[in-house]
Amino acid sequence: MRLELVKRSEKSRLMSVLSPVVAVALTVVFAGIVFAAQGHSPLAGIWYFFLEPITSLWGVEQLITKATPLIIIALGLSVCYLSNNWNIGAEGQLTIGAIVGSIPPILFPDFVNPLVLPLMLILAMVGGALFALIPAKLKTTFGTNEILTSLMLVYCSNLFLDWMVRGPWRSPQGYNFPITIDFHEWAVLNAVDVGGIYLNLSAPIALVLVAVLAVVMRSTLKGFEIRVLGQSPRAGSFAGFSNRRMTYFAFALSGALAGLAGMMVVMSEIGKLQPVISPGYGFTAIIVAFLGRLNPVGILIAGLVIASSYLGGEAIQTSLQMSSKLATVIQGVLLFFVLAADTLILYKVRLVTGREGEGAHA
Amino acid sequence: MGEGTGDSTGERLRRVGGDTPLLEVRHVIKRFGGFAANDDVSLKVMPGEIHALLGENGAGKSTLVKIIYGSLQPNAGEILWKGKPVTVASPAEARALGVGMVFQHFSLFEAMTVAENIALALPDCKATRELSDTIARVSANYGLPLDPNAHIADLSVGERQRVEIVRCLLQNPELIIMDEPTSVLTPQEADQLFVTLRRLAEEGCAILYISHRLEEVRTLCHHATIMRRAKVVAETDPATETVNTLAQLMVGNEITRVIREKGKLGPEAILLKGLTQVAQDAFGVSLKDINLSVRAGEIVAIAGIAGNGQKELFDALSGEEPAEKEDMVIFAGEAAGTMDINERRLLGAAFVPEERLGHGAVPALKLSENVVLTRHGTGEGIARRGFTRFGKAGRIVEKVTSLFDVRKGVIDPEARSLSGGNLQKFVVGREVERTPKILIVAQPTWGVDAGAAAVIRQSLIDLSRKGAAIVVISQDLDEIFEIADRIAVISRGHLSKAEDADTLTPEKVGLLMAGGAEKKGAAA
Repeated sequence: MRLELVKRSEKSRLMSVLSPVVAVALTVVFAGIVFAAQGHSPLAGIWYFFLEPITSLWGVEQLITKATPLIIIALGLSVCYLSNNWNIGAEGQLTIGAIVGSIPPILFPDFVNPLVLPLMLILAMVGGALFALIPAKLKTTFGTNEILTSLMLVYCSNLFLDWMVRGPWRSPQGYNFPITIDFHEWAVLNAVDVGGIYLNLSAPIALVLVAVLAVVMRSTLKGFEIRVLGQSPRAGSFAGFSNRRMTYFAFALSGALAGLAGMMVVMSEIGKLQPVISPGYGFTAIIVAFLGRLNPVGILIAGLVIASSYLGGEAIQTSLQMSSKLATVIQGVLLFFVLAADTLILYKVRLVTGREGEGAHA
Repeated sequence: MGEGTGDSTGERLRRVGGDTPLLEVRHVIKRFGGFAANDDVSLKVMPGEIHALLGENGAGKSTLVKIIYGSLQPNAGEILWKGKPVTVASPAEARALGVGMVFQHFSLFEAMTVAENIALALPDCKATRELSDTIARVSANYGLPLDPNAHIADLSVGERQRVEIVRCLLQNPELIIMDEPTSVLTPQEADQLFVTLRRLAEEGCAILYISHRLEEVRTLCHHATIMRRAKVVAETDPATETVNTLAQLMVGNEITRVIREKGKLGPEAILLKGLTQVAQDAFGVSLKDINLSVRAGEIVAIAGIAGNGQKELFDALSGEEPAEKEDMVIFAGEAAGTMDINERRLLGAAFVPEERLGHGAVPALKLSENVVLTRHGTGEGIARRGFTRFGKAGRIVEKVTSLFDVRKGVIDPEARSLSGGNLQKFVVGREVERTPKILIVAQPTWGVDAGAAAVIRQSLIDLSRKGAAIVVISQDLDEIFEIADRIAVISRGHLSKAEDADTLTPEKVGLLMAGGAEKKGAAA
């Protein structure tokens, strides 16, 4: 007796929806085993990791705050991945976007008026987009692998930020700490009380982006072009679409969104630049994009699920004295199960009884 | 089914060898999921017999052959070799038994020499001087002259096939399986191949011969097994049958003949003036000074052996590879050479590429989305203000489906779930339904069953009689003579003058395919 994978003639719609659920369930089981192996009750571990963080309003607020940048970045990445452009460097585009967007409050601290806020967001998007166009240009001109170039540029951007905050942009009043001057009042996003939860502008912006991208992918020619070129470049050029232009478009878009997300993180949570501005949002967003099936609404849900694992990591640290690194393990395992469960969309599992199996060698 | 091979009356005296079947396949069943590709198939091949395996595409011939050659395992049934049951677990085991195979699509490394390619198939993988001598001797012996030191890239398709055959012969096979060997050959090359095959059979080697070409099966083969819908439906001596009776056995009913009357010629719709294009990659073909004029209401066929510039010519006509100068390609009086594909479509042109999946259609997209693929830029309102209207595309799917009898399980399936013939009907129908003024089609019925092929060919003729100028790029001479008003031949990037189909014969076209077109093309 053995299991056989049988190819389906069409994608299973049911499994497209169910496979992330299967993956999440398997991840929970896996997490339980890890808790047990570490000498904790699996149920308590699962409770503290997955559920306890969202039992308070403060937890929900944290969840939304962490999910927002993940969702915005993952939306851009989904366009890249759907069009077969493997941008792994969102973390770098986020960083450069935040640096470029910080030019007004840092270099022109006396320019204080309401225009600064939109100006910073726009500059951040332009900065992220231009930085993302480097691997795009290398790909279209020299045929370099964009996975490598975009990833390596992350390290360049992080070191650049480090140098900026230690060197030219270091605050004179910062007691030699590697930080810039604090942003002025029009250069930060203030949180507003929404039914007991304090939220800033970034959450509604993420929701609008989800809705816009959903419409673009579903019913515009651009969305169609993205899907066609990703699946079949030759058919795409037969349709009159250009692979080259799509590479630029996808990288620029995802770079802009990563820059926007990075700027909003800095403007809401930090209020200045420092050597580290992101806990790896740009990388985690890759998991979010795939867990969300590269679908805007899926990404919205996946962003919340993954964000909860950040909170879960902190929660088990305080309640069970376990390492918060477990959160990273669980994120990785989740991506693993998501990719594995995707097999079910194109294949069905069949149990082959011994007789038929042996018949093959008669 | 599958019984009744016992009578020897149908076998010709020329067959040499004993009366124990060399290969016997008994009641083989092979299922892929719920679909049976071979359903209780039995077959007997005698030593020294040229045995034809006939059937439409999808009848189960390839599956059966793969089982015999060990690349597929049957779900039930058995295989006997010289009377003894055997398990053929892999192609290596098949070769050890004495079964060789010459594939339809060659598996040769273009950058290596003949001897090196052959050495790769041998146990010690060394291209020695000794091996070169053996190759030269065996190839000369069987009338398959080959230079062991020639590079594959420099060989014609016929010569490449010889390499495959010689490679097979060096393993001293007792049974050679040949999958559509003449589909890539000129008539002259095919005749040469038949001499070799007869010679092999006389020496006692059996040949399992898969072909669509019934005329050659009639003259070449001792015995024929005919498959239809995964079953063996008949066994016969092909010499006692006519092409028509064989075709009927294959298809199961009378094939509708294509009806063609001379159409009324309109103004010139397509004009190629000195179209020259340098090949994009090392193994591509450069187009050399191509001149062609096609008038509204006629079909001009471009014959030629695969790999002589057909792909490049199609890309130049469609605009996927724009020409150097804008007046090299003129559509409906407009210089279109530097236009992209959608600008050409707006001039009333439509295109059907050779490859259905991955070029003409996106496999994982629905049919309605595949309608959007080629018709979003034709000014029909399928895309408006950046939004696509899939509803409108869906109605086109329905129209194409009913006009071309496209069989599908659900209303709007993914392209890949359709069978080859049905998808081809859709891909052609999608363009024909637009009633374009200019249609460029490559291999319209490649790998399509006879029924679908007739529908497609008739639709092309009907479209041209309604006033469209049509260029058909095809390797299938039967098809060309069935539908073309004029025929030109492409050979290594040269195009011969398009001549009236009535004044040409397959032999004449064959000579042009084998290189005759080049001199004429170069002189013009």
